[in-house]
Amino acid sequence: MDLKDKLISSFLAFENNVDVDHPVHDIRSEAIKNFESKGFPNRKQEAWKYTSLNSLQKTNFSIFPKEVNALEYKEVKKYFLHEVDTFKIVFIDGVYSSFLSETTHDGVDICLMSAALSKPVYKKVIDEYFNKIASKEESLTTLNTAFSKEGAFIFIPKGKMPIKPVEILHFTTGTTEASLLLQPRNLIVAEEKAELQVIERHQSLTKNEVLTNCVTEIFAAKNSIVDYYKVQNDLDNASLIDNTYIDQKDSSVVKIHTFSFGGKLTRNNLNFYQNGERIDSTMKGVTILGKKQHVDHHTLVHHKEPNCESHQDYKGIYGDKSTGVFNGKIIVDKVAQKTNAFQQNNNILISDKATINTKPQLEIFADDVKCSHGCTIGQLDEEALFYLQSRGIPKKEAAALLMYAFANNVLESVRIPELKRRINTLIAKKLGVELGFNL
Amino acid sequence: MLKIKNLHAGVEGNEILNGIDLEVKAGEVHAIMGPNGSGKSTLAAVIAGKEEFEVTEGTIELEGEDLDETSPEERAHKGVFLSFQYPVEIPGVSVTNFMKTAINESRKARGLEDMPANIMLKLIREKSELLEIDRKFLSRSLNEGFSGGEKKRNEIFQMAMLEPKLAILDETDSGLDIDALRIVANGVNKLKSQENAVIVITHYQRLLDYIVPDFVHVLHEGKIVKSGTKDLALELEEKGYDWIKNETLV
Repeated sequence: MDLKDKLISSFLAFENNVDVDHPVHDIRSEAIKNFESKGFPNRKQEAWKYTSLNSLQKTNFSIFPKEVNALEYKEVKKYFLHEVDTFKIVFIDGVYSSFLSETTHDGVDICLMSAALSKPVYKKVIDEYFNKIASKEESLTTLNTAFSKEGAFIFIPKGKMPIKPVEILHFTTGTTEASLLLQPRNLIVAEEKAELQVIERHQSLTKNEVLTNCVTEIFAAKNSIVDYYKVQNDLDNASLIDNTYIDQKDSSVVKIHTFSFGGKLTRNNLNFYQNGERIDSTMKGVTILGKKQHVDHHTLVHHKEPNCESHQDYKGIYGDKSTGVFNGKIIVDKVAQKTNAFQQNNNILISDKATINTKPQLEIFADDVKCSHGCTIGQLDEEALFYLQSRGIPKKEAAALLMYAFANNVLESVRIPELKRRINTLIAKKLGVELGFNL
Repeated sequence: MLKIKNLHAGVEGNEILNGIDLEVKAGEVHAIMGPNGSGKSTLAAVIAGKEEFEVTEGTIELEGEDLDETSPEERAHKGVFLSFQYPVEIPGVSVTNFMKTAINESRKARGLEDMPANIMLKLIREKSELLEIDRKFLSRSLNEGFSGGEKKRNEIFQMAMLEPKLAILDETDSGLDIDALRIVANGVNKLKSQENAVIVITHYQRLLDYIVPDFVHVLHEGKIVKSGTKDLALELEEKGYDWIKNETLV
C-alpha cells in the first residue's frame, strides 16, 4: 500500500482516538477529503519542480507512535538552549513528554495543542484561530490538518510577554517503530502588544527514517512582536516538511530565522499574510549543506494593505552533492501602495557537484511601491582567500572564515545571545574548522 | 634575505614578468617603481605566492630556501608579508580576532602554543599606538566600511603584529592623504631593523620622502630596466616614465 492510501485508511482508526463531536473534527474531515483528492505533490507542479517526495512515499512509515518512549535529560541536553532558562514543550515520537517539558499558565499559556483542543477554557481561542490562516488547499497542509491532535499551543494575551523564550522540541527515538511519520500542529497567538520568542527544533536520535510534516499557525495582532527561530540540523535520515502560516495585523513585527544545516530533505513553506498597515515581516536564512542533503525554501509574502515592509535575506553554502532551492514569491495587491519589499538570496557553491535553483517571483499590482530582489550564485573570492592566506591562515581555515563572513549578517538580527553563539558554533562545526577564536 | 633570479611568471601563458633579477639583503629598503602595467603588483603577488600566477622560469629564494611550490600561508610563516593595494573586507570578523587567528596559525606552524591572551592584548595595544589606531577601531569588522587611509593603516598594523622578515608594500601610498602617509611611513620606519627588509612598490616618489630607500629599481614590461639610489626616484619624478620607455627603446 502506498503512503497516501495508508494515510487515508488510517484516518478511520484516528477517529477512534479523538473527540469526533468537537467542531475541529469537521475541519479534519474536510481536510482529509482535500488530501484524498489531491494526494502528495509531485514534480509536475511548479512549486515542487526541484523537490521530489517519491522516495519518501515508498517508505513504510508508522503513523501512530506507541506511547512508551522516555529520554533522560542528559541524553538530549545538548539540543536544548541549556545555557539559559526557557519554557519547554517537548515531544518524544510525537507524544508529549511532561518530564522534559516546562509549561506555564501564569498570565500566558504555553502548553499543548491536545489540551487546547479538549479543554472548554480554550474553546474560544480555538474557534477564533485554529486553521484560520493555514491553507485549505495545499495538500500537505490539509494532511496535517486532518491528523491534527498534538503540538505546541501558545497564547500570549494583550500586553503580555513570557519571562523567557519558548523552546519547542520534537525528538524521535525510533526504539519501537521502524520508520516514523510525525505531524505536529502548532498554534501561536500573540494578542495586541504581546511579545514572544520561540525556538523550534526537530531532532532524530535514530537511524530509522523519519518524516515530519509540521504545520504552524502564527497570529500576530496589532503592535505585537514575534521572533521565531527554526533550527534544522537533523540526522541524514530525517526529512522535514515545515509549513508556517503567519497572519499579521497593524504595526506587528514578525521575524522568522531558519537555520538549515542538516537533514535529508527539508522543505520550508513560509507564508506571510499582511492583513493590516505598517507591518514588518522579516525572513532570514542560513543554509549550509553537504553530502546529498536537500533544502527547499519557498517563501511567500502577500502585501494586502498599504505602508508595509518585508525583508528577505537568505544565504546558502552548498558543498558535496547537496542541492538547494530558493523560491521567493512576493505579491503586492493593488491597494498595497507604499509597500517596501526586499528580497536577497546569495549562494556559494563549494563543490562542482552541488546545485542551487533560485527564483524570485514578483507579482506587483500597485504602482507606488519599492520592490527589489537579487540572487547571486558564486564561488569563494580568490583574492580574499589569498589575502587571508598571505596573513598565515591556511587555505581551509581561510575558506571557512570567508564563508562565515558571508553568512554573518543574517545572524545580526538574532536577539537571543546564547542562541546566536550556538548558531555560530554550529556554523563553525558545519564548516569543519577550529578557528583561533570563538566566532 | 631575498634572491630572485631570472624570474618569468604570468597568467595562462600570458607572460607578465620577463626575467627579473633582484637581491635584497637584511637591513635594506628597496623601492620598485614603474608605469602602470609594468608588472609591479604581479611581482609582489608572485613573491607572496599567489596561485593565480604561474612561475615558468627562474627562482625565488628566501634566506637560501627556494620558495617554489610553497603556499602563501607557508610563505607568511617563513616571514613574508604583503601589504595589499586593495585590502579585502571581511564582515563579521573583528580586526582583533583576525590578528589572533593569523598570529596563532603562524605559531602553530612553528610548533608553538597559542599566544597567551594577556601578551596578545599588550602587543595589540603597543602596535595600535604605533599606528595611531583608536581602540574602538580594533573591534570593527576587518576593513568593512574602512576609508582608504584606514585600510592602509590597518595593513601596516598587521605588519607590525606579524613582524615579518620581508615586507612588501604594494602601493601603500595610494589613496592616502599627507597625514595618513606620514603615520604609515613612520610605522614602517619604526619597524625597520638590521634583521628585516622592505620592498616598497610605488608609482610616485612621494612615499620615498618618508621611507627612504637604499636602492631604487625601475620596472618596465616585466623587467628591471634601471637600478640606482634614491636619486633615481627624483630623476623619474622630474622626467616621467616616458624617459625610461624611450631609453629602453634605444
